[in-house]
Amino acid sequence: MSGSFGRLRGLLRKEFLQIARDPSALAVAFLLPAFLLLIFGYGVTLDAHDVPIALVVENPDAVTASVTGKFAQSPYFRTSSFATIAEAEKAMDAHAVTGIVWLREDFTRRMLSAGGAPVGVIVNGMDANSARIIEGYLQQTWANWMQARAAERGAPPPLPVAVQQTVRFNPAVSSRDYLIPGLIAMIMTLTGALLTALVIAREWERGTLEALMVTRATIGEILLAKLLPYFLLGMGGMTASVVMAVTLFGVPFRGSLAVLTGTSALFLLAALGMGLLISSLARNQFVAGQIAIITTYLPAFILSGFIFDIGSMPAAVRFMTHIVAARYFVAILQTLFLAGDVWAVILPNALALAVMAAIFLGVARLGARKRLD
Amino acid sequence: MPPVPDAPPAILIDGVTRSFRAGGRTVTAVDGVGARAERGAVTGLIGPDGAGKTTLMRLCAGLLRAESGRIEVMGIDVGRDPAHAQARIGYMPQRFGLYEDLSVRENLDLYAELQGVPASERGARYDELLHMTGLGPFTGRLAGRLSGGMKQKLGLACTLVRAPELLFLDEPTVGVDPVSRRELWAIVGHLTRTANMTVLLSTSYLDEAERCGAVLLMHEGRIIGADDPASFTAGVAGHSFHVSADGIGKRRLHERLAGAPGVVDATIQGAYVRIVTETAAPPSAAILLPDTAAARITPVPPRFEDSFVTLLKARGGAAAAPFRPPAPGRASGDGAEEVIAVRNLTRVFGTFRAVDDVSFSVRKGEIFGLLGANGAGKSTTFRMLCGLLPPSGGTLQVAGYDLRHAAAAARGRLGYMAQKFSLYGDLSVMENLRFFSSAYRLRGALRRERIAWALEEFGLGPVSAATSRDLPLGYKQRLALACALMHQPDILFLDEPTSGVDPLARREFWHRINALAEAGVTVLVTTHFMEEAEYCDHLVIMAQGRILAAGDSESLKARLRTEGHPDPTMEDAFIALIEAAAPTRAA
Repeated sequence: MSGSFGRLRGLLRKEFLQIARDPSALAVAFLLPAFLLLIFGYGVTLDAHDVPIALVVENPDAVTASVTGKFAQSPYFRTSSFATIAEAEKAMDAHAVTGIVWLREDFTRRMLSAGGAPVGVIVNGMDANSARIIEGYLQQTWANWMQARAAERGAPPPLPVAVQQTVRFNPAVSSRDYLIPGLIAMIMTLTGALLTALVIAREWERGTLEALMVTRATIGEILLAKLLPYFLLGMGGMTASVVMAVTLFGVPFRGSLAVLTGTSALFLLAALGMGLLISSLARNQFVAGQIAIITTYLPAFILSGFIFDIGSMPAAVRFMTHIVAARYFVAILQTLFLAGDVWAVILPNALALAVMAAIFLGVARLGARKRLD
Repeated sequence: MPPVPDAPPAILIDGVTRSFRAGGRTVTAVDGVGARAERGAVTGLIGPDGAGKTTLMRLCAGLLRAESGRIEVMGIDVGRDPAHAQARIGYMPQRFGLYEDLSVRENLDLYAELQGVPASERGARYDELLHMTGLGPFTGRLAGRLSGGMKQKLGLACTLVRAPELLFLDEPTVGVDPVSRRELWAIVGHLTRTANMTVLLSTSYLDEAERCGAVLLMHEGRIIGADDPASFTAGVAGHSFHVSADGIGKRRLHERLAGAPGVVDATIQGAYVRIVTETAAPPSAAILLPDTAAARITPVPPRFEDSFVTLLKARGGAAAAPFRPPAPGRASGDGAEEVIAVRNLTRVFGTFRAVDDVSFSVRKGEIFGLLGANGAGKSTTFRMLCGLLPPSGGTLQVAGYDLRHAAAAARGRLGYMAQKFSLYGDLSVMENLRFFSSAYRLRGALRRERIAWALEEFGLGPVSAATSRDLPLGYKQRLALACALMHQPDILFLDEPTSGVDPLARREFWHRINALAEAGVTVLVTTHFMEEAEYCDHLVIMAQGRILAAGDSESLKARLRTEGHPDPTMEDAFIALIEAAAPTRAA
């Protein structure tokens, strides 16, 4: 028994020394998470902001000036004026503007008559997702103007009912607040599966694993000595990410730290199990890296609900998301950050993670032999 | 431990077979092998690359499972109880199993923990191992920063940290310079004598056989001979002769002797041609060289390699077919023409002088050798000669072109065969030939003619559709040479061309190179096989970026010849030169 402890201690010390001396492991564990957080925190956002639009006013007067003024003041738009619709369309073709608001020649006359005036709105539909968002903002700005105008004239608002929107959990509807919790799952996938698969493949490549196998170390000790350090590294990366998310980006955290720690540990075990499985198939770093990216990181990105809503996926794809561990963890993280300890969400997802961790680790352990074939 | 009279042998292998699936084919790496290794001796597992040595050793170490047959190690069935057997084994895999980002001391600590050496015993054991390997001053250095020879010794020390009863060393001397090779053998000899350790060591260097207590000769997955090395050599005693004849150059002589009746093997050895005959009787000059008056035939002592080649030929190894070399593209001038001229060549990387004031010249039609250990500056010199790397100083002329101004023009006149297989492994033989011929801008009838020549002369016709990656090493080497000769170059650069191939393939290779040189092609070769230096007309020995010595192989060996050492080998000469240049090395 004491021999086993000594062997494990020797292997662990070796692993930590290697991590400390290998800049690439530390980079994947800490630099890459920070880099991803900065990109997603500052760069990528699903909110519309300063969208370039064209205003085409065929017959400018006081009424149209008030409409264009409303658009110009809006933080969502950056406007530019065009005399004719043809010019505006040319600008859209050149990607100079994303949308066009078109006030026809008879706009003011029809506005003053009873029926109300139509406004032409053209949105570049190449990126359907953004188009829909921009369309919404345009309509909202238009509705605001109508309301303001009605109030000015002491008349009842032209719309029968004003829509009262309430967004729960994310009142500012900031995409950053739900992207960043999901991003933490991506980051832990990287350290858990990718890094683990790479470092074991490196031992195959350099022939060191072959030498270990002929020593008295058991296969269980060899696996455990790989699991523990990368578990700690993954938890460290997670802690750093959460601190960055809350302090730097002001993402709210409404759940409890204990639940966060517990569920993160479950997810990390599943990711590590996946990494061990990959390393038993791929014995060089290039192949291991490819398999890890394709089987863990990309699915986590696309199929976890981190960016794309699982509910709106086709049934077959939705079914596939159930074998992506990140799916459960993204749900837990988004709930913990934005809503709190909602057990109805956390318990089933945590259970799914526990089952996946048990399966991956179990298969990795049973499949491992102190042999090369 | 005194030998127990009725103890089972250290290793007993009985009818073991193991095959692998690779690229849709099944390769039988170990094919019904039966063998044994006695306790307290060094048993050499000797054979060329791909013979199945590593697979057999991994089977013995319990790292692979045999498909049939059984292996006992120290009386334990390895297939059934690998853990029990492994507790008595020390195993050093190829590349030594070291953690490169751990220091010497940390590597030792790791293996001490893994082998359960108590902390109280480590100090004394480390001292002993560090003293034996000469690594004492380097305990804090990262393993990755050690030289090849030092890594090899550290790998050995890690394996020995808890003295095993049986030591497996898989190709410990590959990629290690001759001085370090000699030191490793001294350590292995010491271990068997003082610690009664049993050693199984695999190697593709045939000259190492003579240092073993017993030899298992392996070829294509089978053991083709098992005996003590002296018996192998004794079997061919009286079959070896040096031949020389007035008025015939050594290459012409070699060509004729290789095809002569009753000759099993012919190699060039400095000024002589060394032959091995079928029978022990001295061959008659009239039969060997019918129309040559002044042939001298002198008996010489047999070598282990003679016996190996005889065994291989007896198993149906094909004799080298006559080779029709391509006429060099722009052959001109006589043999005195200087084709490569290097003056005061220097190359600096940062503060490191990789090549330091090197000068030599090579004449047309000459075979010129560049010898040296790893890191001596051979490859850097080579790259500069090919115009791949600009020199820091000095002048460099190849085929009359100054490489600093006309590298592209010079490259058009030379063929280059790289050390590693650098063709496209996924392409077939034919596709590689087509690609290289078009890369050399051959077109139309000329291109078809050159491809037909390559398929015919290199015997590649039958494998033209095969994927290059799956070819045996000897065929890969032929294909690489064929590609390098596509454009009929005047100058051929060969970088470690025969690493790892079996002796027959190496002979065939040199047979072609000789024919090329006879046809006027200038050949520049780097090698660490000292015996290949014998094929060179001139050679330089490099160490630490400088030329230590230059001359032909006879004159280099002659410097070492004494009463007590009448017949030094090229390796002896090499080691003596290296040691004289760096007397502090051993300290």
